[in-house]
Amino acid sequence: MVFHLDKCIGCHTCSVACKNIWTDRKGAEYMWWNNVETKPGTGYPQKWEDQDIYQGGWLKDASGNLRLRGAGKAKGLLNIFHNPHLPTVDDYYEPFTYRYLNLIEAPPGDDQPTARPVSLITGEPMDVKMGPNWDDDLSGTPDYARKDPNLEHLSPAEQEAMFQLERMAFFYLPRICNHCLNPACVASCPSGAIYKRGEDGIVLINQKVCRAWRMCVTACPYKKSYYNWHTGKSEKCILCFPRMEAGYAPACMHSCVGRIRYIGVLLYDADRIHAAASADTKDLVNAQLDVIVNPFDEEVIASAKANGVPDSTIKAAQNSPAYKFIKEWGMALPLHPEFRTLPMLWYVPPLLPVMASVRPGDQSQKAKLNDMAKTWTDDWLYDTSTTELWGTVEQARFPLKYLASLFSAGDTHAVADKLKKLMAVRIYRRFKTVGDVTEERMKAALRETGLTQESAEGIFYLTALAKFNDRFVIPPAHREQAMEMLEFTGDVKGNTGFGFRERPERGL
Amino acid sequence: MNLFNLFLFVGLPYIALVTFLVGTIQRYRSKGFKVSSLSSQFLEGRSLFWGSVPFHFGILVVFCGHLTAFLIPRGVLLWNGDPLRLIILQVTAFSFGLSMLIGLSGLLVRRFTNARVRMVTTRMDLLLELLLFTQTALGLWMAFNYRWGSSWFAADLSPYLWSLLSLSPDISAVSELPLAIQLHIVNAFLIFTLFPFTRLVHLLVAPLHYLMRPYQRVIWNWDRRAIRHPNTPWSPTRPKNT
Repeated sequence: MVFHLDKCIGCHTCSVACKNIWTDRKGAEYMWWNNVETKPGTGYPQKWEDQDIYQGGWLKDASGNLRLRGAGKAKGLLNIFHNPHLPTVDDYYEPFTYRYLNLIEAPPGDDQPTARPVSLITGEPMDVKMGPNWDDDLSGTPDYARKDPNLEHLSPAEQEAMFQLERMAFFYLPRICNHCLNPACVASCPSGAIYKRGEDGIVLINQKVCRAWRMCVTACPYKKSYYNWHTGKSEKCILCFPRMEAGYAPACMHSCVGRIRYIGVLLYDADRIHAAASADTKDLVNAQLDVIVNPFDEEVIASAKANGVPDSTIKAAQNSPAYKFIKEWGMALPLHPEFRTLPMLWYVPPLLPVMASVRPGDQSQKAKLNDMAKTWTDDWLYDTSTTELWGTVEQARFPLKYLASLFSAGDTHAVADKLKKLMAVRIYRRFKTVGDVTEERMKAALRETGLTQESAEGIFYLTALAKFNDRFVIPPAHREQAMEMLEFTGDVKGNTGFGFRERPERGL
Repeated sequence: MNLFNLFLFVGLPYIALVTFLVGTIQRYRSKGFKVSSLSSQFLEGRSLFWGSVPFHFGILVVFCGHLTAFLIPRGVLLWNGDPLRLIILQVTAFSFGLSMLIGLSGLLVRRFTNARVRMVTTRMDLLLELLLFTQTALGLWMAFNYRWGSSWFAADLSPYLWSLLSLSPDISAVSELPLAIQLHIVNAFLIFTLFPFTRLVHLLVAPLHYLMRPYQRVIWNWDRRAIRHPNTPWSPTRPKNT
């Protein structure tokens, strides 16, 4: 899946769609398989990116071997009686509701009845200290934005500059399970309940095999495996596999208002995964790109067919918007590749909050503005014009180092490269539609970023005009296989229904 | 009295054994979803450490000690032939028993005082914790007062337990034992009887196979190559990738 962050408006429709379908249950109230974070911010659960606290993901040790940071065979089994790095519900938030009925049914009295918040765990009245999206849009605040773990790569001066009121900016980061190629949750599960589906790469937790050892919660560096305290099982995003098998998009993608999400088939060479995950930190993104193979390559097609990949899947891989954004145009980066799980959600970094620069303006310019124009009383000038081609990318309002810490393990060149491509497409379109950009400038911009007019047109189409079927290119599971992917019908012949035949309740 | 003893030391153990076997298998087959311990660490993590860790390591060692004395009584007696080794064994066992008791008290207090943990506590949890607590306290009491437990367990109790297993129960030794020890034995049978109805089942699914498997798991529901091959005959079981 690819997320085009320039288009995300932070409306949380995806989160709500997901919540209503999957996590509106007892024990799952606090879970947001899909959540949208404001960056800079601490996120959900608080400071999840700080692996000194949560000990998630993989580490490469001195001899070059990969090992799980906070779990694994030795650590996991030794810590099985008490997992020292398990987040508790307070790191997310204590789920709550309000006693609305009290408004109607309160006995007559001297005071106005109120709907007090009550905990969804204990049912007792509580003081709400945190909730879903508690730090939404709170960039710049000391409690949230300034505690963003990504800021530690920035010098204090850069941090200060970032949070000056005039320069302040933020963007949204939608997150679901990354369905990683080298998933730490799978590796950490002592029961072997978590697995990656060969057919479509979806990482799932078998609820009947899960025995509540809770290691996946620690191991997932993205904190996308959640422990259900009521059923005693871990749960996570299932990429709406029942919908996907039937040919429907996942609910988060289907409901996305900004149309920022693109899902397509990617063919990859599983034999290269281990090497890619063990690459040097600076090469991680490129190594991961090398795992993804070209679906037009005759050799790739032949070997896919030999391995029983259906033609519909190969065709979908050729039309995949994900392949275009990730490989063909090189516009997307994975989130925190340094966790070494090879996450398969890719993000087109946001250009808009980045590009505008703030510089000291002179008062003579301000005099030209009329009263209605909003200007600050000091000497700063907020500048969104782009007379230079790339100047503003480097002196961006949003330090590139910050974006690099999120998307490229600190490689600012990789981020600048994606931003310049976004800019080049804008210059190209401005040349086409407005016409105040000269052809030489447009061509220079494209040349420098390695784009052609055709690819710029393609990026523009997929970014701005794409229809649903351009953004969602996944073949439905073959009809004859769809049900068997869940369960073999022969096993349950003569029974009623599929799946659970007991309520997921405890008591034993 | 004799009849009562007969019930406690012959009837009860067989009831315990049958319930344990049938109940556990039945629970695993019909309520596979619930074969685990309902962890409450997510709701409360800090005080759990001081309860769960001493308790679990304690019970692991103590349980293995009992098992050894039951399985190889002669070996234990041989080991105890030297007084120094006997004392080492007894002191180790006693300290792990103590750690078990401390852990259990911590867990009990936590169950009663933490509002969130109370929400995931069932009556069976409390009953089990009380039984285990009694058992541990009795065990420590015996170890202190009736020395040396490892020797007389191997000499007197192992033959009794083996006589149960060989279906020729001999309770002459057990019925002469002091009351505390008899209580300890009966309580153990009770815990075994309750085993399939409690969270104890999680010890049967201890994830030791984790050590054997590779880290990553990929499951193909079907072996697509085999399915698409015209020579693959139809069969009611799917060709699977392993």
